[in-house]
Amino acid sequence: MYVVVVGGGRVGYYLTKALLEQGHEVALVEKTASVCEAINEELGSVCIRGDGSEVAVLSDIGAERADMLVAVTGDDEDNLVACQLAKHRFEVPRTIARVLNPTNEVLFKKLGIDVTVNSTNIIMENIEIEVPTHLLTHLLTFRDRGLEIVEVRVPPDSPVAGKLVKEMSLPAGTMLTLIIRKGARPFVPSNETVLQPDDQVIAAAPAEAEAALRSALGVSEP
Amino acid sequence: MKVLIMGCGRVGGRLAGLLDSDGHSVTILDTDSYAFRRLPPEFHGTALVANGLDEESLRKAGIEGTQVFIALTQGDNRNILAAQLAKHIFNVPRVVCRIYDPLRQGIFATLGIETFSPTTIFAEMLRQQVEGRS
Repeated sequence: MYVVVVGGGRVGYYLTKALLEQGHEVALVEKTASVCEAINEELGSVCIRGDGSEVAVLSDIGAERADMLVAVTGDDEDNLVACQLAKHRFEVPRTIARVLNPTNEVLFKKLGIDVTVNSTNIIMENIEIEVPTHLLTHLLTFRDRGLEIVEVRVPPDSPVAGKLVKEMSLPAGTMLTLIIRKGARPFVPSNETVLQPDDQVIAAAPAEAEAALRSALGVSEP
Repeated sequence: MKVLIMGCGRVGGRLAGLLDSDGHSVTILDTDSYAFRRLPPEFHGTALVANGLDEESLRKAGIEGTQVFIALTQGDNRNILAAQLAKHIFNVPRVVCRIYDPLRQGIFATLGIETFSPTTIFAEMLRQQVEGRS
């Protein structure tokens, strides 16, 4: 695959390195001459000095035959424009943009950027998983479906502890898919399953039902 | 008419003054409050310190209900991002965007935003002056 990477910061550098190791052809575009030289010294002549949101630069590196363009500079506007040019001028089939401001993701999607990667959200999600005080954890988001897979730990004082699944008032569209219980094999709950304190419940829920699910399981706001 | 201008440089500041004296309701944004020195003393619009590069800051600047949005910062890409937010997220009826780079301007003109390139305009103007045509 031929991949164009825009932005030779830490993300761009390690991404380029990983793609080269996997045997892909890579062109890295970086504005700063000294950064460009340092990368070329280490990885061979892979880095082209230039502005990845300039048509002439993208044209020089043969963007029209690229299978993918990944824009990972530290500025949302530069990533957006690089991707839009790739898409509309060079007809690159797949464009991926790093987004620093989480609220800009909506616009990027709307403008047809294929994939957006938001480092702020990823860091938040990872920390959430590692911090045990958070009683509801996002495991996976299907953004196009508005669906989330979450993990909830049943608190000891929860009103649902000791109750049957069918007695719970779950928000519409929510499914309890798996229960992980200490000393037992993980199992798929039925309507007759009795919930116990400290059960880890894996649930599929509409994104907007999160608060309702929290309260259904007796989990207080974090 | 309610107008929102992003970037209080020479052009932005002057345009804000002109539209204001024509009786329009003008709000102008800049990331640096020192830029507002370029506004004429009689300006009675609103000058706000904001960057305009995300929904939140545009909403705070009152973009909802704005009829015209004009992006005039020094950065082509910043203008393009803000203009597309105005058009596609806030549905501002008229969005104008300055893009210095003529090639970039050409492409974004086809993507539905009203763009102009001072580079092209001035070069053409100067050519006509030099060659003595009018």
